[in-house]
Amino acid sequence: MRTEIFPAAFEQLDEIREFVGAAALDAGMDNKEIYAVQLATDEACTNVIEHAYGGEMHGQIEITCHVQDRTLTVIIHDHGKSFDPNQVPEPNLNADLSKRRIGGLGIYLMRKLMDEVTYEASNETGNTLTLLKHKGGMG
Amino acid sequence: MDITKQEFKHCDLLTVKGRVDSATAPKLTEAIEATQKAGHYKIVLDMSGLDYMSSAGFRALLAGQRNSKRYNRGEMVLALVPKNIEDALELAGFTELFKRFDDITAAVGYF
Repeated sequence: MRTEIFPAAFEQLDEIREFVGAAALDAGMDNKEIYAVQLATDEACTNVIEHAYGGEMHGQIEITCHVQDRTLTVIIHDHGKSFDPNQVPEPNLNADLSKRRIGGLGIYLMRKLMDEVTYEASNETGNTLTLLKHKGGMG
Repeated sequence: MDITKQEFKHCDLLTVKGRVDSATAPKLTEAIEATQKAGHYKIVLDMSGLDYMSSAGFRALLAGQRNSKRYNRGEMVLALVPKNIEDALELAGFTELFKRFDDITAAVGYF
């Protein structure tokens, strides 16, 4: 299990993707799966910065990666406003160009790319988003 | 991320390299907007040198396509989209919004 703390800033996304990418590699994942984990984590952290913290440099993001039995768990923790991605409606992927909305797309991708996405908010300890992916899984 | 521009007779070719995420997507938006402000709405995006694109990049593509297609004045097309990015675009339902080409000559020749 490895934990790293990153300032809540978009320029940290590169390092965040590297951090979870290395853990996905440890779990024996292939290139496509590693990319999926990196994209899902990026989308999650972007949402933390934009919505939980309401902008850059308003806090920290703590990320823990845990590999067990070819399953990778990425735990993303912040102390911003609670923001439950499961409450965000799915984007309309069939709308034509003029009606297409980009809001909610990151969350939609996150759910599609991972096998499990769970969210927990606590007044004392902050918000915890857990992303789970099995090697060779469906996500 | 790095963007270079080449002007052809009937379209502009933007070559995007590196990674597009929330940190770098504004640069992509800026490059597309600058091209459009110069009156060039027919744009080919060469994505062969792109390693990564998040939904922040998709947002830049969507805004660019909307602006190009307004008043039927043009279109943005994508060339040589890497597999991982293509898969994510597909998941996001974006592949139907952009014509995609397997080589630059065909993409430029489309206009």
